[in-house]
Amino acid sequence: MADPTVPILDIRNVAKTFVSNGRSIEALRGANLTVARGEFICLLGASGCGKSTLLRIVAGFEAATGGEALMWGKPIPGPGPSRGMVFQDYGLFPWLSVRDNIGFGPRSRGRPAPEIRDTVDRYIDLVGLQRFADAHPHQLSGGMKQRVAIARVLANDAEVVLMDEPFGALDAMTRERLQDELLDLWRRTGLTVLFVTHAIEEAIFLADRVVMMSPGPGRIEAVHAIDLARRRDVSSPAFNDVRRMLSAQLHSHHAPKAA
Amino acid sequence: MSTGAEAGALPLAAGSLPAGAAAPPARRAGPGLARLRAAGLALLIPAGLGLVWHLATVGRPYSLIPPPAEVWTELRDLAFGGINDDAFSGTLWAHLAASLARVYGGFALAAAAALPLGLLIGRVPVVRALLDPTLQILRPIPVTAWLPLAMILFGLGPRSAYFLVFLGAFYPILVNTVFGVRSVEPRLFEAAAMLGCTGTAQFARVVLPAALPSIFTGLRLGLGFAWVVIVVGEMTGVQTGLGAIIMEARQLSRTEIVICGMAVIGVAGFVSDWIVMRIGRSLLAWSPSHG
Repeated sequence: MADPTVPILDIRNVAKTFVSNGRSIEALRGANLTVARGEFICLLGASGCGKSTLLRIVAGFEAATGGEALMWGKPIPGPGPSRGMVFQDYGLFPWLSVRDNIGFGPRSRGRPAPEIRDTVDRYIDLVGLQRFADAHPHQLSGGMKQRVAIARVLANDAEVVLMDEPFGALDAMTRERLQDELLDLWRRTGLTVLFVTHAIEEAIFLADRVVMMSPGPGRIEAVHAIDLARRRDVSSPAFNDVRRMLSAQLHSHHAPKAA
Repeated sequence: MSTGAEAGALPLAAGSLPAGAAAPPARRAGPGLARLRAAGLALLIPAGLGLVWHLATVGRPYSLIPPPAEVWTELRDLAFGGINDDAFSGTLWAHLAASLARVYGGFALAAAAALPLGLLIGRVPVVRALLDPTLQILRPIPVTAWLPLAMILFGLGPRSAYFLVFLGAFYPILVNTVFGVRSVEPRLFEAAAMLGCTGTAQFARVVLPAALPSIFTGLRLGLGFAWVVIVVGEMTGVQTGLGAIIMEARQLSRTEIVICGMAVIGVAGFVSDWIVMRIGRSLLAWSPSHG
């Protein structure tokens, strides 16, 4: 899997149709995307554009009904530790402490206890939760819960981090801070990130490439590389130019629907 | 993420980490007074009823119900002897021990059967389709209705008593376990799966802990029902037990002994519920609704 010519993720003509009560809903049609190792990709679009469906297919929670999703050139068999998911509603285990939530993955994979302890300590430090190591999720703020969710995925040696509107439920200040922290982590760890959002500014602030998606049926409309130097200044004219361009494009997809 | 936890957004101070530590300040201000007030309120109705009982029965030699003082004397004789010196004197502990063994024995059997069954019914559709209809039809049948059949199946004596207590405790545990398992958030199964915990490993690491609050409610109700049905359970011809002593005293018109038996069952049931609740609180400290 070290072959540099094989992309870490290869989405080939992926389609997904949900069937419920005899009605079928086309959530995703003909999606194509290749992701290189270490890239930060944002999937941007309004609700119903299939961005979460695509993420869940890569996670292995859903099977594609057409095309194929490959990781390192091999079909994705189902959910697994190589692709860690960070949910908007955290998905932490409420009966486990911060420490045990982070150690859940290594324990499931049968790592020896001393190694788990070291790993957990390292990632608790990395997300700055030393004082809360023994707290339970209901004692944490939203931002702290999401830090635990991120640490839990990293502690499990995930190669790809899948984030489904992870900061959507947080207040604006916490969100900005976690965006900075996430970029910092990404730079230091060389992870590949697939990040779903419906906020244009968030996508431009974070991504190497923004994948624009549109609904009815969900599909990939365009892919834009963001060539702004990091750390990006959201109030700079260059940032605004990109925002205006993406915004116009995003709304042009909706205009026929709204009319 | 080197900045540490965000300031101002923390719901608790660093010093009060364990759950339950966030006790309301009112209880800290006057714990003695508040506790006294609660105890006073709790005792008000029993004291009133006791008074009515006393006034209605005392000084009436032909009353079918003995006055409280007489029951109290009988209770001391049952426990320690030396007052009446009849066949019942000093036998209370043997009866209590026999009933405790049946209550906890039947309860343990019920838990041992209902927990795994509940986990399977809640999680495996085939098992649910196979067992649920039968169990739902058997469930409304009262334990008293099982008494004659139990005595045919298990004979006179303690085995029938165990079976009836088992029946009484089984359904509350089963129903609450199934409910707990079925209400586990689907998100947690996804989280476990993407962390590498899949298939049957999820039973021990996700289903059981997530359903534990419900399971505990079921165990508590089940133990309560075990005490409720102990008298019926001991109508099966056993010689010892609080139910047996009540039945025997009834035939001899020793109503004061009947009332003593009732009181001891009440207290024993109350104490055993209190113990289970304490265990539950310490095990479920993580759950905001139990901690």
